[in-house]
Amino acid sequence: MAEPMVVVDDLNIVYKVYGAGGDRGSAATVLLRALGRKTRGNIREVHAIRGISFIAYRGDAIGVIGRNGSGKSTLLRAIAGLLPPEAGNVYTTGGASLLGVNAALLDDLTGERNVVLGCLAMGMSKQEARAKYQSVVDFSGVGDFINLPMKTYSSGMGSRLRFAIAAAKHHEVLLIDEALATGDAEFRVRSHNRINELRAAAGTVFLVAHDLEEVELTCNRVIWMDRGKIVMQGDDVIGIVDKYIEASGGIPIDRDPLTKRRLHPRIGAES
Amino acid sequence: MTDAKVPLPTLLSDDGDSGSQAAAISPEFAGESLAAYAVRHGLRPSAERPPVVAYITEVWRRRHFVMAFATARNIAMYTEAKLGQIWQVLTPLLNAGVYFLIFGLLLNINRGIPNYLAFLVTGVFVFNFTQRAFITTSSVITESLPLIRALQFPRAALPLAYVVVELEQMALAMAVLVVIVLASGEPITWYWLLVIPALLLQTIFNIGIGLFAARLGSQVNDFSQLLPFLMRTWLYLSGVLFSIQNLSLSKSSHVPAWAVPVLASNPAAVYIDLVRNSIMASQRLSAPGSQPYNAARCGLWQHAVQSNTAVPSSLEYDSAYCHAQVTVAHFWYFGIGWAALALVVGFFFFWRAETRYGRG
Repeated sequence: MAEPMVVVDDLNIVYKVYGAGGDRGSAATVLLRALGRKTRGNIREVHAIRGISFIAYRGDAIGVIGRNGSGKSTLLRAIAGLLPPEAGNVYTTGGASLLGVNAALLDDLTGERNVVLGCLAMGMSKQEARAKYQSVVDFSGVGDFINLPMKTYSSGMGSRLRFAIAAAKHHEVLLIDEALATGDAEFRVRSHNRINELRAAAGTVFLVAHDLEEVELTCNRVIWMDRGKIVMQGDDVIGIVDKYIEASGGIPIDRDPLTKRRLHPRIGAES
Repeated sequence: MTDAKVPLPTLLSDDGDSGSQAAAISPEFAGESLAAYAVRHGLRPSAERPPVVAYITEVWRRRHFVMAFATARNIAMYTEAKLGQIWQVLTPLLNAGVYFLIFGLLLNINRGIPNYLAFLVTGVFVFNFTQRAFITTSSVITESLPLIRALQFPRAALPLAYVVVELEQMALAMAVLVVIVLASGEPITWYWLLVIPALLLQTIFNIGIGLFAARLGSQVNDFSQLLPFLMRTWLYLSGVLFSIQNLSLSKSSHVPAWAVPVLASNPAAVYIDLVRNSIMASQRLSAPGSQPYNAARCGLWQHAVQSNTAVPSSLEYDSAYCHAQVTVAHFWYFGIGWAALALVVGFFFFWRAETRYGRG
């Protein structure tokens, strides 16, 4: 029987945006607020997730697709425990790790130090971190740049190293938010294989990606979100992806009628 | 048991030909709520903070991370500078140099304090330790947001690492201080060993206020604007530039008698005085109450302090014949008390917001 790893129960997330009116800096506004005339006048609430429920099991790789602002990243951050729910709840085994595109570690430091620090932060001992070091560097493929500060890296190299660091540990739940988007074709294949390894090692992977081909290749399930709600979800990854493309007015993908595989794949290494 | 039999209407299953289900599915299934189902499988709310003991254990497990992070930050702080790591020693030296220039050479004031220069520099260095710990930790969460969002670890490790950075800096500053104090003519005595417990207590205190400042700084953006003023006020109230004990002794003083024990028991003043009393024999010998009360000699000293000229060296130590308001023993009690209080309050204050630090 499949073991649940993440249970999302009627989740609602509301962001409070302060100073949404854009007049925070005006002296008059500040004065009015100080006088109590206009207390907190310009808070806006953004209801980013509106009642989502689902269960993710051990071994799942779940693609989350949808337009910009549909709540995909918010959902991942809620699963990671970074956003307290307004209503409902997210239940996890603990230790969900979020890998976002901006997740630079310490820019001033060399890649080498970042690897060691990242490993230690994830709770490895010194020996473990030392043992993992070479494989992380090899996997990231940054080569000699490992001795340079991370701020000298291209965005692709940076995200590759970050992914390599995060993937060094076995995560029960790994949340990947567009983190692979900047990698080159070769790295995508490698990270794709690594995700499969993590799944095989009985973890659960969530993948937010605008690259639908990546979702098709990597995920066994997909959630299509729009305006904080789930439009469709299920195991029929290709079917849902096609419907999503249709709904957003995109050009249908040429597929082999039998295998449903893309006729013109860009990411070709997977046989 | 039951879950093996009941066909779970899992939302991600490919039941039937539709392959997917609408989002609006009841959270109830098999007569069980999703929440109960999750709890039965040992899952916990993701935004739930760990219990105190588990949290402390996790922090302890990250001790290598704390040390490595501190070292890394120490290195990163000076990578832009041409002189690099030399700045770690140069900063306290220059600091001392400025005070020597102004108070030692330009203004020859001693306000009835023997070896005023050593008194001053010790005060500046010790206060600086707490001040820097407070200021740097107030921005630790904002600065480490990417790290917090990417990796799971107890966030208390971050302010802890920042305090370790300051402790490393303080160790170097102490080396500079020892040279200055010795050069100013203070003898080496067994009392010097008391510096270790004094700084240990101060470090514990700094960890406490560092945890406090870290949460405050992460939630109240205006805090960092206010901080410099807070710190300057604290500096002036802590007897870095003058002796709190002597405040009310001078006859022309407007300071009420009750203010002296209040000011002297503030944590910064306590740690400054503890260090001064351990490395400066002149402090121990001139402390009010260190000699039996002698109205005549105390009066002579008070008279000298009131005149605007420097106190003659023959009278500098005669404050010892005045009544003590706060003794060194008091300072030790206060030092222990403040350290324990700051650590407990700071820790709980920080821990209570543990799940909110990634929001930014």
